[in-house]
Order: sequence, then structure tokens, then C-alpha cells
Amino acid sequence: MSLKLGVPSKGRLMEKTFEWFGKRGIELGRAGSDREYAGYVQGIDNVDLILLSAGEIPRELAAGRIHLGVTGTDLVREKLGQWDNRVEEIAELGFGHADLVLAVPGAWVDVNTLDDLDAVASAFRATHGFRLRIATKYHRLVREFLRENGVADYQLVDSQGATEGTVKNETAEAIADITSTGDTLRANHLKILEDGLILRSQATLFRARRVPLSDTDRSALAELLKSLSLD
Amino acid sequence: MTDRAAIRAEAARLRALFEAEGAQPVETTVLQPAELLLDLYGEDMRARAYVTSDALRGEQMLRPDFTVPVVQMHMEHGAEPACYTYSGEVFRRQEDDPDRANEYMQVGFELFDRNAPEAADARVFCLIFKALENLGLRAATGDIGLLMAAVGGLRTTEARKKALLRHIWRPRRFRALMDRYSGRVPVPESRAALLAKADPMAGAGPMIGLRGEVEIINRINALKEDAHVAPISENEVALIDAILDVRETSDNALERLRDIAVDMAAIQPAVDRLARRLEAMAGHGIDITALDFEASYGRTNMEYYDGFVFGFYAEKRPDLPPVASGGRYDALTRQLGRGREIPAVGGVVRPGLVVDLGGLS
Repeated sequence: MSLKLGVPSKGRLMEKTFEWFGKRGIELGRAGSDREYAGYVQGIDNVDLILLSAGEIPRELAAGRIHLGVTGTDLVREKLGQWDNRVEEIAELGFGHADLVLAVPGAWVDVNTLDDLDAVASAFRATHGFRLRIATKYHRLVREFLRENGVADYQLVDSQGATEGTVKNETAEAIADITSTGDTLRANHLKILEDGLILRSQATLFRARRVPLSDTDRSALAELLKSLSLD
Repeated sequence: MTDRAAIRAEAARLRALFEAEGAQPVETTVLQPAELLLDLYGEDMRARAYVTSDALRGEQMLRPDFTVPVVQMHMEHGAEPACYTYSGEVFRRQEDDPDRANEYMQVGFELFDRNAPEAADARVFCLIFKALENLGLRAATGDIGLLMAAVGGLRTTEARKKALLRHIWRPRRFRALMDRYSGRVPVPESRAALLAKADPMAGAGPMIGLRGEVEIINRINALKEDAHVAPISENEVALIDAILDVRETSDNALERLRDIAVDMAAIQPAVDRLARRLEAMAGHGIDITALDFEASYGRTNMEYYDGFVFGFYAEKRPDLPPVASGGRYDALTRQLGRGREIPAVGGVVRPGLVVDLGGLS
């Protein structure tokens, strides 16, 4: 057995993660061809690299199938109930910054705050006969946020991609999605509510809590954290 | 884990007790159409109930409670007055607390009666009170109708009252609205800027989505009208706070509310109802000088209670949810009745918790 480190399997997030570890003397890389999802670790013994979709890393951490994992705070909080009992944040990696925000059409000049959104949701339901639709893939986070802020008369509709387009396509009236610069929102004629920041997220190294470690794993973990100056 | 057989036996005892009180036993399906429940309770329901689906019937929910199907059944073909009991599992999704059960038995008693609603309130409460008497529980009571009456009596516009009534069950947003309507909190800058504009739609960008320009203009006009409305007076805000602060034994709470009603006549009918209810409870042998009353009790629960509310708590087990709870839900029958309505009050007991606490016998 060895210590299993889960890392996003593609794109910028993978490259940045490799770079972050590389700067700290631990070389991560993909083995074989670009198409093969196998990885190698150099600079430390008894650590295995597991390449996974960033969205699956929270689940794998919670299940204890990996000991460490790099993924976004947003995904951990969305997917894991009582997340802080199940995983521990070890380090924020300083990239993959994204905010989960609530956005409405820019043309809604009368809506700038959650207070406005709530009032409009009430009127919308009376006018259209159904609850105002908010498209998102972050159901739990958005629902909790709106409940805490006392927004009523809305419904969430699932959108796993191209969420910014749902308003124009008339499958939703508002959206809750991840944005880093806001460019995509603006290009789709959407604006962020003044108090519509649900969560600030970035790539983070998590450790699975409550996972039994063998002696070898334990010393590998200690050595890894030392190399990363996180001990 | 508590023994399921013991829970079933306790449930049977409770149901027999309710039947002896004249209740007709009823059954409902475990799978309920999701649309109705979502329409009634909104998105929060999804966080609390298990939703499943098939290609034929669409979304369905594992029964989160019995009240809605029992009300529907009664509205369709119930005689009046009517009284029902049921016993069975309900299912509640738990995302944050692994110690809370996601499946448990409920035994309920629901009373539909147009005459003497306070007597009906007292009857349901006292039935459960007596059934659970030897568990030594603390009874909490309240009355959502008081706050609703107080809001209805505010000297302000109907639009503001409507907005406040909509958030009776969301104390935080209710407070935020009161703060703004009373001028304690200034109008947000962005709104002030919007209202100051000669043409608010100038530079709005392309219209996208279902909510059209007419709806936007209507709201701006409503905001403009609202901007000229005089603030809700400090005095009225203080009276609402005074009502929400009432937390005493029932006899003292009644006296306190009578004092408040001198300055706020709108709550007088609700206070009279409380007096009649307490009298009816005393008639059943309840010591109202030892019965807690809290005017804000029940505000964070499900929105269907709009009058008397109650819950029974094991003081020595603060980790447990209420062993029993219930209240009056006239508005729910109005929503489900398609134009018809009937005053209704009911309560449920969780036999699993009764067993945890040592049982009734």
C-alpha cells in the first residue's frame, strides 16, 4: 500500500497542480501517452498519483479511496455534507480562483440585491404561474445561501454546462455559477447581484479525515507534508 | 437502534388512542406527486425530502409528512366535521446531521371542524398532552395568528403588509423588511440611483429571458410609489417587537398581550382567540399557569401553520427533535381546496422517540 494523491486529470488545473508540487521538489507527471490516465511521482517514495476528474475527488476523499486530493473548495462544499468532518483543508494552492455568484439579466435594472431578487421572485410567480428559475449545478450551496438570506418563490433547475446561456434560451430567469473574471457573464448580458457572492473558491489540497493509515502511509504523509513545508 | 417492533407497538397504541377519540384511520401512499409539494413549499422541500422519478409519472417524493395527502383526501370526499388518524413511515433527507433519522414513524391526528376552532385546538393539544403525560415532556406553544394580525393592522400600504406576511416564516428577511419600511436602514444606494434616473431603462442592454420590460417597469413604478410611503412608526415597530418578545407562562402571556392590544387594537381578535383556547385547555384539566407560551414559536418551521402551534420536548435530551408537534393550518386547506377551505388543526407524535424515552406504559 502507498499514500494515494488524487489530482485533476486534465487541463490547466492539472498543469498548475504539477507546477505547484514541482516547485516544492516533488515531480508529478502523466505516464505514457497523453491519453493514458496513469501518473508518476518523483522525489518521494510510497506516494501514488491518481488522476481523476476534479468533480470526483471530493467523493473519493470522503470514501477514503484517496488520502490526499487537489480540487476546488466549491466542489467539496457542494458534494460533501458536513464537509469539514470528512476532509481537512491542508493548503490553498493559489490558483483556480473562482467565485460562485448569483447573476441576473443586465436588463433587470430594478434588481441589484437579494432583496430585489426576492421581491421579483414573488411577482414573477404571480405573473407567470411558476417559480422563478435559477439554473445551476451547485444545488446545495445555492439553496443554503438563499435559505439563509430568506429568498423565497424560486426553484433551481439543473444546468451542468453553458449555464450562462440558459436565460437567453428561456430555460431559466437567473443563474448561479462559477466565474473568475465575469467576462462570460457580461458576454451573455448578465450581471452579478451586489450581495450575490455565495462562495469564494480556489484549488485546495485536502486530506481525508477518518481514513486508516498504515505505518508506511503515515511516514509517507509526514515526509510529503515536510517537503511541501506544511508540517 | 431502537427495536422496530417496539416502535410499531407504540405506534399502534397511539393510533388506538386516537381512534378511541373518534378518529377514522386513513392510509396514504408512500410516493407522493412531487409537483404539489414543491409548489407549496418551494425549493426548501427538495433539501428535506427524497425526490425520485420515472419516465411516466415524472418526479415523485417519498412522503415527507401525512398532512398534505390527508388534507387532499378530505377536500375531495370528506364529510364534515371529520377527524382522522394515521400511522406510518415518513422520509426526511438529512444532509448535515448524521444523527437525525431519515426514516421514522409518525402517528397523527387531524381535525377538520368549522365550529369553535379554539375548542378544536385545545382538543388536539390535550389529546397529545395526555397521551405523552408520563414522559415528563415540556410543552411549547405559540400562535402565528398574533403576528399575522399585528402585521395586518400596521398603518402602512397593503403592498408592504403583503411583503411582510409573505416572510412571517423567515424571521431574518422579515426583520430586514421591517428595518427598511421603518426607515431604520436606508434605501440601498443602487435603488436610490435607479429611482433618480429620468429613464431607468436607458443603457439597460438587450432584453433577454422571460421577464419582460413591462414587468421591470411595473416594479420600478411600485418602487417609486413605495419611496413616497411614510415609514412605519417607531411605535408600531416597538409593538411588533413587544409581541415577538412575549415568552411566559400562558396566563401571564395572555395578560401581556392584552396590554399590547390596548395600543394595537388589530391583535384583539387574535388575543381573544388565545383566551378562548386557554379556557378550553383549562377545561380539559391543563394547568395553564404552568404552560409555556412563546409568541415567536413555530416561525422557522414549515409555513403551513398559521395559527396555534405546539411542540413537546424532552428537556433532558436536547439532542432529540420534538417528540410531538402540530398546529392549525387553515391556509393550507385553502390552497389545496381550489376555492374551498375548512379550518383544520392536527398534530403528530414520533413513536420512535417515545420508545427512546422509555415508552408510554
